[in-house]
Amino acid sequence: MQLTLWTYEGPPHIGAMRVATAMKGLHYVLHAPQGDTYADLLFTMIERRGARPPVTYTTFQARDLGKDTADLFKTTCAAAYERFLPQAMIVGASCTAELIQDDPGGLASTLGLPIPVIPLELPAYQKKENWGASETFYRLTRALAKPGDKRGPKTCNILGPTALGFRNRDDIVEVTRLLDALGIEVLVTAPMNATPADIAKLPEAAFNVSLYPEVSDATARFLEKNFGQKFTTTIPIGVGATRKFLQEVAELAGVDATELLVRETGRLPWYSRSVDSTYLTGKRVFVFGDATHAMAAARMAKSELAFDVVGIGTYSREFARPMRELAAELGIEALISDDYLDVEAKVAELQPDLVLGTQMERHIAKRLGVPCAVISAPVHVQDFPARFSPQMGFEGANVIFDSWVHPLMMGLEEHLLHMFKDDFEFSENAAPSHLGHQKQETAAPVAAVTTPETLSWMPEAEAELKKIPFFVRKKARRNTEAFAVSRGLAHISIETLYDAKAHYSR
Amino acid sequence: MNIPVNINQAACDSQPILRERGQREVFCGLTSIVWLHRKIQDAFFLVVGSRTCAHLIQSAAGVMIFAEPRFATAIIDERDLAGLADIDDELDRVVNRLLERRPDIKMLFLVGSCPSEVIKLDLKRAAQRLNREHLPNVRVLNYSGSGIETTFTQGEDACLASLVQDLPDAGNKTNLLIAGALPDAVEDQFLRLFGDMGISCSILPGRRSNAMPAVGKNTVFLMAQPFLGDTARALKDRGATALQAPFPIGAEGTTLWLKAAADHFNVPQSMFDNVTAAPRQRAELALKAQRAKLSGKSIFFFPDSQLELPLARFAARELGMKLVEVGTPYLHAQHMAQELAMLPAGTALSEGQDVDRQLDRCRAAKPDITVCGLGLANPLEAEGLTTKWSIELVFSPIHGYEQAADLAGLFARPLSRRERLAV
Repeated sequence: MQLTLWTYEGPPHIGAMRVATAMKGLHYVLHAPQGDTYADLLFTMIERRGARPPVTYTTFQARDLGKDTADLFKTTCAAAYERFLPQAMIVGASCTAELIQDDPGGLASTLGLPIPVIPLELPAYQKKENWGASETFYRLTRALAKPGDKRGPKTCNILGPTALGFRNRDDIVEVTRLLDALGIEVLVTAPMNATPADIAKLPEAAFNVSLYPEVSDATARFLEKNFGQKFTTTIPIGVGATRKFLQEVAELAGVDATELLVRETGRLPWYSRSVDSTYLTGKRVFVFGDATHAMAAARMAKSELAFDVVGIGTYSREFARPMRELAAELGIEALISDDYLDVEAKVAELQPDLVLGTQMERHIAKRLGVPCAVISAPVHVQDFPARFSPQMGFEGANVIFDSWVHPLMMGLEEHLLHMFKDDFEFSENAAPSHLGHQKQETAAPVAAVTTPETLSWMPEAEAELKKIPFFVRKKARRNTEAFAVSRGLAHISIETLYDAKAHYSR
Repeated sequence: MNIPVNINQAACDSQPILRERGQREVFCGLTSIVWLHRKIQDAFFLVVGSRTCAHLIQSAAGVMIFAEPRFATAIIDERDLAGLADIDDELDRVVNRLLERRPDIKMLFLVGSCPSEVIKLDLKRAAQRLNREHLPNVRVLNYSGSGIETTFTQGEDACLASLVQDLPDAGNKTNLLIAGALPDAVEDQFLRLFGDMGISCSILPGRRSNAMPAVGKNTVFLMAQPFLGDTARALKDRGATALQAPFPIGAEGTTLWLKAAADHFNVPQSMFDNVTAAPRQRAELALKAQRAKLSGKSIFFFPDSQLELPLARFAARELGMKLVEVGTPYLHAQHMAQELAMLPAGTALSEGQDVDRQLDRCRAAKPDITVCGLGLANPLEAEGLTTKWSIELVFSPIHGYEQAADLAGLFARPLSRRERLAV
């Protein structure tokens, strides 16, 4: 039993819904009690979809238990087929239905429907949403993919984008554009916008582009093993990764990427080299999210914005190993946890200048008064902007540059605050100017700096501390106190303050 | 100044009620934690359930609550189900960890869910066991918010019913109790109105665990919400008497609701008129502007909170709207008797749901406005229908005189948006 305040991932049947909702011509019949239909609003509200997810729920009640829940499943399934006439159906159970063991797959097969009906076993008490999406995509592909004539070397499929995926909608547009620029045709993008008939055609492409390994890895491996399709392993997030990705696909398709790589770079390289970005150098960032996005963000933060990655982690336990390897490269330890409280404690301990995380970390950062940008699911209505804003490809790197840099105080703004810190508009509570004039939320108690009891600040040292800009004052106070304690000092003088500054200067 | 009410028993009995079974597009009772935890400010709600339960509350609450919430889920995992871990020990461990973190918590609700009900986890016994350990610092109560037993607002009913057993005894004291969670501002308005009539009144639930109202054989109670069947039964078991009234939705409903209590406490008509005249006039004046926008428009209610009948009665009688279909998850004939009688004769009522069939009826009727849940609203808008999301009717202050026009505004705004937009 696990105490959970907020969850990063829903149960596995939500993953199955993300696949079904992304597709066309597929219907999901879910054995579930009243209330599980809440999941529909994730798609209609967060993603603003103009159609209901293609899911029919049995809605069993207490009075049905032990009577005819199996029969209810069969009637629901038959009625759903008649009403929606899908090309294929997936059937399964949510957490409660799993306990009553009605075997949706077996029941559905007795109906003799004239379409493929694919049973899903998604153990709700062991597994979670991303696993559920991956398993559903894999089961669909296993059941539907047919050997077909190869359509030539310059063809591929894009695997992995789903409904409710972080910027998946725009990523596939940018990635398809880049592939097109190399003369590579995308036969099928799946699950997003694919039909069951499209899934059947997957083996016709020369190779696969696996964009979101949390969802696509199992399917990509299955297609490699059974249909000899190689798949890409580079995730094109960031300029460096996009270039590497384009070289990888060029090699798989037997084309030359040189011309495209010269022509396109995006704006990020110059923006990061322009003088204003000096202020980004060495900013301490904490990165958390699904493994794919968190690892990509950490690499980008380090090499493309010159940040210091001081912490990294993921809630995707399935990808703990590569995450730990990357953390070791960065000389830090990875936090592998789906407990929001662990993540909050880590952020409070590290006191980063910027948090790159999910909507959960946005809350944490807000409580701790730290700027934050969102890089990964779980998503929020804000993560589906009206404008085109991919994370992948060169345009994705442009978007990321803006969205990470905007929450920070930049260049001249930082100077002005320093020079005019006594001006009433530059009070400690002033938010960065582009964030409007709302007062920042006061930091939660965890972030408060408490002076150890054995230590006291001499008045002139305290006064000197106040001359330090407020946004680094807390850190200066903490460092000075740690320094004083390490030296066994009882009083902090101006000398101690500057000794500490020299000690900590990098 | 009195509004004539035609309680037409014949019309009431002749209402055709369509009872349907099928897919229900409604929340389960756990969802009511979203407002209950704000209402009782030192209470914590611990759902004993699955990852789905945690995900549901998080999604329903929106990831919009910035403070650490006073609700959480103890997620049952396969070790608990396989008997590898003693589920009672596990629950005690989770509760102890929680109470260590949150010493401000004085009341803890263990909330049952679909999985905990199906595996027959005895939360009542767990609450007794935990009480032995944690009283008097923390009182542990239990109720079920499972979807197999409760629909959306019935979660509040189950929660309040569990509170009733523990309410202090009022002895022979005569008192008025209002049952149902209301926004603080609305509570205060009702307390002022009753106070001005010389009636001392208290509200269930109280705002803190040590401020719960007393109940006894001379307690009379008024239900502020229509979904409190179990709570009413529990109050009657404690000797209290229910006052029958329509619900305080709209100026008319509010007047009749207040009047039921005033009559019981023998408040003179002149005093009642004096106290209610000003807010009633304000409400009627404010409603006039909204009525101009809404009169003659047709409205279709999908089932959601059991507030549908009072809302429909208000829409029909005070706003002049035409009722196409009034769906409700559950129709409590006795509690709704007065509401039913006030609905226009022949109003199409439906209880329960088969969502696809109901959508067929809605599309065919093309109502001017459709009141429905969040799962249906955008899809219907995309089809060209104008919708009002029903959850806002539960989360917003809508009861009482001062809110009557705001409530009408909730129906008027989506229509006005459709008129203004030219894209």
